Amino acid sequence: MGYEDYEIVMGLEVHSELKTNTKIFCDCKNEFGGEPNTHCCPICTGMPGTLPVLNGKVVEYAIKAGLATHCKINQFSKQDRKNYFYPDLPKAYQVSQFDLPLCYEGEVEIEVEGEIRKIGITRIHIEEDAGKLNHEIGGTLVDYNRCGIPLIEIVSEPDFRSPVEVGIYMEKLRTILLYADVSDCKMNEGSLRCDVNLSVRKKGVKILGTRTEMKNINSFSFAVKAAEYEAKRQIKVLESGGTIIQETRRWDEAKGITVSMRTKEEAHDYRYFPEPDLMPIITTDEQILKWKASLPVMPDVRKASYMEDYGLGSKEADILVASRKMADFFEAGASCSKNPKAVANWIISEVYSRLNEDEKEQGPMPIKGEDLGNLVNLIEEGTISGKMAKTVFEKMWQTGKSPATIVEEEGLKQNSDEDALRTIATEVLNNNEKIVADYLGGKEAAIQSLMGQMMKATKGKANPKMVIDLLKELLEAMR
Amino acid sequence: MKITREEVEHVAHLARLNLTEAEKIQMTKDMEAIIGFADQINALEIGDVIPTAHVIPINNVFREDVARPSMDREKLLRNAPNQENGCYSVPKVVE
Amino acid sequence: MLYQKSVSQLQHMLQNKEVTSEEVTQSYLDRIEVVDKKVGAYITVATESALATARSVDKKRNKGEVLSPFAGIPIGIKDNMCTEGLRTTCASKMLDHYVPPFDATIVNKIKENDMIILGKLNMDEFAMGSSTENSAYHVTKNPWHLDYVPGGSSGGSAAAVAAELAPFTLGSDTGGSIRQPAHYCGVVGMKPTYGRVSRYGLIAFASSLDQIGPLTRDVRDAALALNLICGHDRMDSSSAFVDTPDFTTYLDQDIKGMRIALPREFMGEGIAEDVKASILKAVKVLEHMGAIVDEVHMEMTEYALPSYYLISSAEASSNLARFDGIKYGHQAKDYDTLVELYKQSRDEGFGAEVKRRIMLGTYALSSGYYDAYYKKAQQVRTLIKNQFDLLFAEYDLVLTPTGPTTAFKLGAKVNNPIEMYLNDICTVPINIAGLPAISLNSGFDRMGLPIGLQLIGKGFDEGTILKVAHAYEQARVLDKVRPEL
Repeated sequence: MGYEDYEIVMGLEVHSELKTNTKIFCDCKNEFGGEPNTHCCPICTGMPGTLPVLNGKVVEYAIKAGLATHCKINQFSKQDRKNYFYPDLPKAYQVSQFDLPLCYEGEVEIEVEGEIRKIGITRIHIEEDAGKLNHEIGGTLVDYNRCGIPLIEIVSEPDFRSPVEVGIYMEKLRTILLYADVSDCKMNEGSLRCDVNLSVRKKGVKILGTRTEMKNINSFSFAVKAAEYEAKRQIKVLESGGTIIQETRRWDEAKGITVSMRTKEEAHDYRYFPEPDLMPIITTDEQILKWKASLPVMPDVRKASYMEDYGLGSKEADILVASRKMADFFEAGASCSKNPKAVANWIISEVYSRLNEDEKEQGPMPIKGEDLGNLVNLIEEGTISGKMAKTVFEKMWQTGKSPATIVEEEGLKQNSDEDALRTIATEVLNNNEKIVADYLGGKEAAIQSLMGQMMKATKGKANPKMVIDLLKELLEAMR
Repeated sequence: MKITREEVEHVAHLARLNLTEAEKIQMTKDMEAIIGFADQINALEIGDVIPTAHVIPINNVFREDVARPSMDREKLLRNAPNQENGCYSVPKVVE
Repeated sequence: MLYQKSVSQLQHMLQNKEVTSEEVTQSYLDRIEVVDKKVGAYITVATESALATARSVDKKRNKGEVLSPFAGIPIGIKDNMCTEGLRTTCASKMLDHYVPPFDATIVNKIKENDMIILGKLNMDEFAMGSSTENSAYHVTKNPWHLDYVPGGSSGGSAAAVAAELAPFTLGSDTGGSIRQPAHYCGVVGMKPTYGRVSRYGLIAFASSLDQIGPLTRDVRDAALALNLICGHDRMDSSSAFVDTPDFTTYLDQDIKGMRIALPREFMGEGIAEDVKASILKAVKVLEHMGAIVDEVHMEMTEYALPSYYLISSAEASSNLARFDGIKYGHQAKDYDTLVELYKQSRDEGFGAEVKRRIMLGTYALSSGYYDAYYKKAQQVRTLIKNQFDLLFAEYDLVLTPTGPTTAFKLGAKVNNPIEMYLNDICTVPINIAGLPAISLNSGFDRMGLPIGLQLIGKGFDEGTILKVAHAYEQARVLDKVRPEL
C-alpha cells in the first residue's frame, strides 16, 4: 500500500478581513499596522462596562460575500459568544455566530485540470478578530490593534480531494471577494488566512478518518504545501500501524513540516450562548435584492462570455477575469473595438508587463480601456502600423491621452498615399544602384535595406505593406 | 444531582479558577445544592417553547461606519499591572 | 437640617438661592464623616472633587447661567458604574485599584447636569448577593437596626438614602438588587423597564437582566430621577428607542378604577406574617382610594428563581472572564505560566459567592448541559413573560411584597447560598420579563424593620407605577419617618 491507495479529504475555513472604515463594534479605525495599542479604545479592549454596537457595513459586506458565493441568507440571524481564555482575546470571549450565521449553503466553482469542481460553502459568519501576540525572550507582548477588526469566516464542505484544489479554491475565493469589493484580501497583511482540516482514508472507504487542523496559514502556497505534507504524514502514520490524533498542528514554513501544537488545553468547550449585548439581525428581501443588484458580474460568467462572444481561449480569459479591475478594463476596450481578441492580447502582453501584482487589482489606470480599444481600431483600419502602435501606446501610457490625439499631435499617421510613395520609391531605387543590383542578382534580403531607406525618407510613417508591394513592383519592372 | 470532585475540577479549569483543597470540598457541596435547586426547572415539561434571549423586541441596531479617534495609549494602559513598549505584558505563551 | 431634604425640595431651595450647592454638599459630607462610620454605605467618598464641583456650580448660578434643574444636587453612585478618574471597585479585590478611563453614560449625564458626585457606594461583590455582606471591603449596616443587613446588592445605595448620606443614589437591579434593599431600608427603589436606562459603563453582572435605577426618599424624587437617567443611548444596543416622558406628570393623579392584580403565589407559604399583614393593609388603602384589587393566580413563579440563577450565572461567568490579571485589576504575585497567572489572579481576586456563580454559570453552559440548564431557563423565561402579558391584558399593575421577609441579621445566611437566593423570590420574575417595578415602604414589622410593597407595571409604563405609588404614599400612615442614628 502507498500514497496512491489513499484518498485525502479536506475542508477549509477561510478568514477574511472586511474593508470597512471602522472596527466591528466600535468607532476605532480598521487599519493595518500602527504603533501597538494605538487603534484601541475601551470597547475593543473589552474594558469593564463597555458594550458593543454592530457596524452595519459588516452585515452588508458579509451578505454580499454570501450572495457572491451563491449562499442562502438567514434573514433572522444572531450573534453568540465563544468563550475561551487567551491573552489575545481581551474579553475572554469572541463575538461570533453559532447556529444562525448570516449566510449558508453556497458553492464556489473551481477548475482543476480543465474540469469544473464544485466546492460547497457550509456557512459564512461574522466575527471579531483577536489581538496580536509578539513573543519575546522572557515574555509575550500583547497588541490589541487588531482586536475588533471585522472578519467573515467562510467554512467549506470537506469537498477537497487534492492539495492542488486548495490553492485553486483560495485564489478563486480571493477573486470573488475582490469582485464583491468586501475585502482587500492582502495576504501579506493577513487579511486572508485559512485553517485546513485534513484527513485521509483508504480509497473506497466511506467513513472519514480522524482529522487534524492546521491553523492560520496566510499564503496559498503554504496551504498547498502544508496539505501535501500533512497528507503524507498521516498516511505514513497509518501505514506503520499508528493512529491519527485529532489535534491542531502548525505549518512550519522554514522546516517544511507540520508540528503538533500540543496544547495542554482540554478538548475545547467554547460554551457558546447568545450574545445578550447584541440584538438580532433581520434582513428583508428588499435589502438582499438591493445588495445582489449592486454586485458586479462574477468572474465565471465573464469568462464564459469572453470565450463565447470574443473567441478568447480559456487561459487568456482566466488571466483577464482574475482581477475585476482588469476585466472591467478589458470590457471597456473590447466593447468599442473591432478586434476584442487583439485588445486581450495587448492587455496580456503590454499592459500586464507595466503593472505589478497590486496595480493589477487596484488603483487608477494610466489609460482608459476605450483608448486601448481605439488603438487596436487604428491598426485594424491601417491608420497606423503595428510597430507605430507600440510607440503610440507608450505615449498613451505616459500622458493618458487618447491614441487619436497622439497620432494627430505627433503626426504619426501612416502614409498610404500611393502616388507619393511611388515617387519616393523611385528616388530611393535611383540613389541605391548597388543594392538594387544585389537584389536583382538574387539577394532578395536586400529589399529590407531599401525598405529602411523608404522609412527613413518618410520618417517611419510609410504604410509598410504598401512600401513592400511598391518596391517589389518597381524592382521586378527593372529586370 | 450528584456533582463529583472531578466535575468541579473540570469546571474550575474551564473558568480558570485555582481552588484550594478546602475550596474544592466546599464548592462540591455548594454546587450540588445549587444545581439541585436549579434542577427544579427540569420538572417542567416544556416542549419546544422558543427561548428568550432578549426580553425587549429590538432588532438591527447598527452603528454608522464612521471613524472617531481612538483612546490615548497611555490612558488605555494605565490600569495594566505589567506593560512594556506600549504593550500588555504576559508570561511567555508556549505554542 | 439640609441633609434631610428631598431632591425636589433641594431643587427649589437651590433655584431660589436659599442655599448654595456647597452648603448642601458640605452638609452631606459632614454627615457622612460622622454617620457613615456606623453605616458603612460608601466605599469611596469624593470629598474634594464634590466640593470643587459644588463651588463651580454655585459660581455658574451666581453668574446667572441657565442651569439644569439637577445642577448642584448631590448624588451617590453604586460602585459598579464607571467614573473616569474615580476608583470603581465593584466591591471586589479584583478591581481594588481600578480607575476607569471613561465615564458610564449615566455618569456623563450626571456631570452634564452639573450634579455633585458624593462618592461610590458599597455593594455585594459584582452585584452578586442580597445582603451587601459579599463586599470585599466592609459590611453595610441597616440604618434602622445596625445588627441587620441593608439588603443587596445595592445595599450601600439604599442605606445611604435611609441614613440621609445622600439625597438620592443610583443602584443596579439584576434580580431585585434595587428593590430588595429599598424594602429592607424603607426607601423608594425603582427598576425601570429593561432598555430604559443605558447600561454603557455599568460593569456587567448579567447583561440581559441588569438595569440601572434610582433609590430615593419618596416617589416624587423617583419620578425626578427617572427624568434624569432615562433615554436612548447609541452606545448600548439594548437601549430602547422610546420617548422619555416627564415622569412627574403622573404624580398627584386619581387612581380610581385602576385595576391591580394580587397574585396568590406571592402571598402564601414562606412569606412572613408581618409582611403579609402590611401588604393587605396597603391593599385596603388602595381600595379605599377606588382601586380595584383582585387576587389572581400566576403560574410559573416557582420556576422563576432557578431560571434566574441559571441565566444570570451563565452570563456572569462570561462577563467576568475578562478579569484575568493582565489588562487591569488584581494580578497574582506568584506564577510561572500564563494559566497559573489566570487561575491564581482570579482565585485571589474573587470572593466566594462570585466564584460560586462563575462555577454554576460555567457548568450550565458547558458541553452536555446547555440544553438542560441554560436553554431550558431561557424557555422558562418565555413562559414567565407570557404570564405577565396575560395579567397585563386585564390589569394595570401587579402588586406583591418586595421580599418574603424583612431584613435579617448580619451573618445569618452567609453560609447558606440557597437560603440567601430565596430572598429574591418576589423580585426576579420582573427582571426575567424585563418589566418596571417599584418598591416603597408600607410599614414596619414587630422588630421595627421596614416592609416593602412592590408594584409591577407593563413594559415602558413606569408612569402608571409612579401614579399609584405616589397616591399610596400620600395616603399611607407610617409610625416612623427616619431611623435614629
